[in-house]
Amino acid sequence: MPFPFLKGAWYNISDLSNLSRALLGWVDGWGNDTVAYIAAGLIGVLATMAFLVPSQLGVVWIERRVIGRFQIRRGPNRVGPYGLLQPIADALKVMLKEALTPPAGDKWVFWAAPILMFIPAIGVYAVIPWGKNMAMADLNIGLLYFVALSSLTTIFVFMAGWSSNNKYSLFGAMRVVAMMISYEVPVVVTLLGVSLFTGSLSLSGIVQWQADYHVWLVLLQPMAFIVYYIASTAELNRTPADIAEAESEIVAGYHTEYSGMKFSLFYAAEYTNALAISALVAAVYFGGWYMWGLEQWVPGWLIFIGKLYFFFLVLIWLRGTLPRLRVDQLMAFAWKFLLPLSLVNVFVVGLEVLLWHENGWSAGVTLPAFAVVNLALTVALVYTYARAFGYDRPRAGDIVLRSEIGFVPGPATEGLPGGT
Amino acid sequence: MLGEYGHASFLLIVGLVFPAGAIFTSWLFGRLHLRPAISNPVKSETYECGVESEGTAWVQFNFRYYLFALLFLVFDVEVLFLFPWAAAFDTLGVGGFVAAMIFIGILVIGFAYDWKKGALEWVK
Repeated sequence: MPFPFLKGAWYNISDLSNLSRALLGWVDGWGNDTVAYIAAGLIGVLATMAFLVPSQLGVVWIERRVIGRFQIRRGPNRVGPYGLLQPIADALKVMLKEALTPPAGDKWVFWAAPILMFIPAIGVYAVIPWGKNMAMADLNIGLLYFVALSSLTTIFVFMAGWSSNNKYSLFGAMRVVAMMISYEVPVVVTLLGVSLFTGSLSLSGIVQWQADYHVWLVLLQPMAFIVYYIASTAELNRTPADIAEAESEIVAGYHTEYSGMKFSLFYAAEYTNALAISALVAAVYFGGWYMWGLEQWVPGWLIFIGKLYFFFLVLIWLRGTLPRLRVDQLMAFAWKFLLPLSLVNVFVVGLEVLLWHENGWSAGVTLPAFAVVNLALTVALVYTYARAFGYDRPRAGDIVLRSEIGFVPGPATEGLPGGT
Repeated sequence: MLGEYGHASFLLIVGLVFPAGAIFTSWLFGRLHLRPAISNPVKSETYECGVESEGTAWVQFNFRYYLFALLFLVFDVEVLFLFPWAAAFDTLGVGGFVAAMIFIGILVIGFAYDWKKGALEWVK
């Protein structure tokens, strides 16, 4: 045995918690509780960083390559094979860039904002259930912890915009606050439906529920998934909803004055948040490590990371496909479309759980029935509601894309060259 | 005593140390003259697309921001009350469901009033 101090099946990589348990058993043998406690925390930190640091570099490369393909160009392909070393070159570059501090701004807040941005971004990974026993801290209020911590980002973005002493930064920051608090409401209301159904606020508990009933929650609550995914995507300040840093309107929004390392920290925090949102979607709506028996053959944490990256790719897809929305469109979409849908979702889910548990129906019959009813309800509601708002047809003044000619302005307006 | 929450706080500390380390490295590079750190008044001026900046950043804002903040506050507090209800839903039965729906219903009435009054319109 190469490691005689490690007991148990630590080499079984289908569940990495075996390794951490073996290591902790070794540390426990020293007989000091504080040391064992700190060691447990450090193992969790190391495991999380072992995912985050390579992912941080990886997603930069993936995003640049995929966006490149979307825009019919090659993307980075000069530094290393397939441009794989590009993120490292980028990291070196930003390190060597001059970092300016606007003398008119609030220096301390200006410096603190990009650093503090990372606390919620990294902190939320504590409750992510990577595998069956593989949550770093299996908090019983994990869902609330995730939502509470990730909504803190609003404050730090506002700090950045406010301390820059730049009109555009302040505009961007105000927009961010307005948009993030608007989309926060549908996010928390839809997650309410999840904990209603599973009776648990712990993320591991929610995944375990899905494994116990052999169903993904997306099948039972498709509307909740749609609302949650759209709303949480908007909170990330990425392109359909990046009015906060809309370069064609307000320079770069809240990070106009940032340069060098501090600027890239904003980007790193954005990617970390995007990965966290993908992880939450994978865990809550797509069964986490559960995949109808596949987890017997493939390690559960690999399945989870695969799902996570799938949802990250969907984020890139959205970014590459959709144009930027105006601020009034975004706000109206959150309050008039997503919020009513999420309230209906809570009502329907509550009613279903009530019927199910009060009557003592068997899960084998009830859950498929709920799945069919909810899918029908989702399609009907989303379709009719979108029609009522006219989201399915262009309105006066909208730019219409006609594929045979390219972009043409809709109705001719005054002042346009060539207009009437 | 701290239990799982203590472990979660480890990650929060990492979240502070990791970017602080990155910024310190960048600062150190500046001190070692590995990166330019020469500021001048023109360079450090407020950036407004290259033209000279006009006035201060203290400009007036649309009061709609305030309305949305109020609405958000109402719904956020509502949800905070509803999360314990959702987690304990099985033990509450029909009464709990009806009570929560009345609670949500009152807010929905207020929300509908806001909508009717045009509080959700960004531009009037």
